Amino acid sequence: MSDPLFWHRVQFGFTIAYHYLFPQLTMGLALLIVVLKVQAVRTDEARYADAARFWVRVFGLNFAMGVVTGVPMEFQFGTNWARFSHYAGGVIGQTLAMEGIFAFFLESSVLALLVFGERRLGPKRHLAAAVALFVGSWLSGYFIVTTNAFMQNPVGHSTAPDGTLQIANLAAYLGNPWALAQYAHTMMAAVVTGSFVMAAVGAFWLLRKEHLEVARVSLRTGVIAGLLSSLLVAMPTGHMQGQLVATHQKVALAAMEGRFESGPMAPIAMIGQPNVAERRLDNPIAIPGVLSYIAYGDFSKNVKGLNEFPEDLWPTNIELLYYAFHIMVGLGTLLIGLAALAGLQLARGKLEASRPLLWLLMLAFPFPYIATTAGWMTAELGRQPWLVYNLLRTADGSSPTVHGGSALFTLIGFAGLYFVLGLLFLFLIAREVGHGPRSLDRPATPVVL
Amino acid sequence: MNALWFALASVLLAGYVILDGFDFGAGALHLFVAKSDRERREVLAAIGPYWDGNEVWLLAAGGVLFLAFPKVLGAGLSGLYLPVFFLLWALILRGIAIEFRSHMEDAMWRGLWDVVFSFASALPPVLLGAALGNLLRGVPLDASGYFATPLWTDFRASVPFGVLDGYTVLVGVLALVALAHHGALFLAWKTESEVHERSRKAAARLFVPLIALWLAATWATFALRPDLFENLAGRPLAILAALLGVAGLVGAFLGRRRERPLLAFVGSSAFLLGILVATVASSYPVMIRSTLDPALSLTALNAASSAQSLRTGLLWWPFGFALALGYLALLLFIHRGKARAPAEGEGY
Repeated sequence: MSDPLFWHRVQFGFTIAYHYLFPQLTMGLALLIVVLKVQAVRTDEARYADAARFWVRVFGLNFAMGVVTGVPMEFQFGTNWARFSHYAGGVIGQTLAMEGIFAFFLESSVLALLVFGERRLGPKRHLAAAVALFVGSWLSGYFIVTTNAFMQNPVGHSTAPDGTLQIANLAAYLGNPWALAQYAHTMMAAVVTGSFVMAAVGAFWLLRKEHLEVARVSLRTGVIAGLLSSLLVAMPTGHMQGQLVATHQKVALAAMEGRFESGPMAPIAMIGQPNVAERRLDNPIAIPGVLSYIAYGDFSKNVKGLNEFPEDLWPTNIELLYYAFHIMVGLGTLLIGLAALAGLQLARGKLEASRPLLWLLMLAFPFPYIATTAGWMTAELGRQPWLVYNLLRTADGSSPTVHGGSALFTLIGFAGLYFVLGLLFLFLIAREVGHGPRSLDRPATPVVL
Repeated sequence: MNALWFALASVLLAGYVILDGFDFGAGALHLFVAKSDRERREVLAAIGPYWDGNEVWLLAAGGVLFLAFPKVLGAGLSGLYLPVFFLLWALILRGIAIEFRSHMEDAMWRGLWDVVFSFASALPPVLLGAALGNLLRGVPLDASGYFATPLWTDFRASVPFGVLDGYTVLVGVLALVALAHHGALFLAWKTESEVHERSRKAAARLFVPLIALWLAATWATFALRPDLFENLAGRPLAILAALLGVAGLVGAFLGRRRERPLLAFVGSSAFLLGILVATVASSYPVMIRSTLDPALSLTALNAASSAQSLRTGLLWWPFGFALALGYLALLLFIHRGKARAPAEGEGY
């Protein structure tokens, strides 16, 4: 209980997992709102503008939750991970400062215009506000992913005279191959979340025979974008990510698969239980060769097992890492299947008549959130025991003077506060969905600013 | 270059105090200067376009500290661990209150969030002021480069130190009163009707306590840290800033009396800018002062990132900052003139 490191890790993990429930939806919705607004401007049909207006309201609530839960993340680098901040600040401070100055200022300036300004701005300038917010939120994602990518695969740095890290090559740091793959993978996952939420609300309204026009637009947009993005999450972005892990974090790859023995034709376990004490995977159902293929694009390649690495390089929680990875892959596969089925029925014009499928789509929206969270856990647990891979151990990055009790106290504070906020948030979202889209009595000519 | 980054961090923090300061002040006072729902929505309409962007100044300042003075960021935030989280929780509640309030037209719902908003706007100035008090008074930084202090001890500004003591609380209360005055002048500038009148009166009532607290805090700082005033006397920039602060206070007074609300608000901004710049310019290069041994203090020279990291930051930072100032100017232009309570669904 008094081990501060444990509580620092739980607090950061909890607050960032909670925080990321909101940006994954807003980043996904930002793109889909632009799509809807473009169609609204192109066709001048009210249903697109009405759908966009509804989703902007949902976006606004989520954005507010994302902002207020995001501010503590930046501070916790200093409060809970002071030695890490000191060690790596010269490098990751670059992207964290860039996020504030290039992304947050833009987003915060445009947000009120997007949420409240439709009448004042008129369709075209309102579309421009949506595009600006899309750019800002996706930029923000890039800076955060680049920061994380440095922790996973440090590049572009050198060691300063005082032993801390300094930036050596900004372009190499910003163009970290890990960042590019992880960004593509993460952003596609955000679009999956946005799409499935959109499809779920559309399905809900259709099942209740309410708001039919906007329901159809939402369902169709959600299903099409959901199918494209859930495919892109797996291929090529997930595959690229897997190859990077295989190249740079061999021990993490072995742990993700609960693989202890080395050998060619490495199998991928669809199911099974890692038994770390006995160093084996119990009761596996596995497909031979697939892990070799994922890692190296060749079914016969040798993939090293954990036994080849000293135990102090093993990820610290192999079981959780294994299950997180398999939940991500499993759910990702199921989501592709569901989106493909819905897409097929949509193409045949039979989706609306298929009530079981609408029910499935309505109930499926939590699963992208779970898959994303599990994916993030895979990345971060796989990185252990390192905070900055091969450079700084997690145990050496925490704040030295913060008592374990203080960290536990603030963790409990966050848990309570976030629980209450979560309830209120769900209540307000449920009201929005219950109310449905609002119409806008358009003035003949847009009001000039 | 270290001095340059020190100056940039100071400018961002001062900008943060001036900008988020007016919405903290407006939020803390709005229960009193705006009575009806329509009036409160007028207040929210006045600060609505800005408050989120204003808060970004804090994040931008944090980003600059992270990049340029990571040791200061780590030692300061971890040393003041609990008060930092109180600040963060207040900022969370504040943002949520503004957003959630507008989503339901219900008197109890809105009344609840109004009280939350007021409380969560009043707490950050006190905590930020107390944090500044800790930096000025000094903290027990040891050779490890870190410190930890309890929330309070015996409330005396001496060993054993607490985060809250007579001195730091005095600075905290000064910050609250100064920002309430600042926020009142902002509302007087941006609103009309009853809100305008009440805000003007609130600023008038806060003016004498503000001067009294400012003099008291200056005297207490002199008693604790006479060396700061020696520095001030020898540094032209610090003297100029102090004069700007005094001139700003006069401007705030005259602007209010002569019904020139913009002059009053600009005066109050100059006052805040002046006293903050005078303070940091007198403290330079010390960022976190050690009470154990001056040589252990974290300074802009011994706690900075390497020259290479600082140089790299300068490649892109000015460009981004110019963009940010551009957005602010655009917002001020778009929302020029008096704010009015918006139609339901078209504003907070």
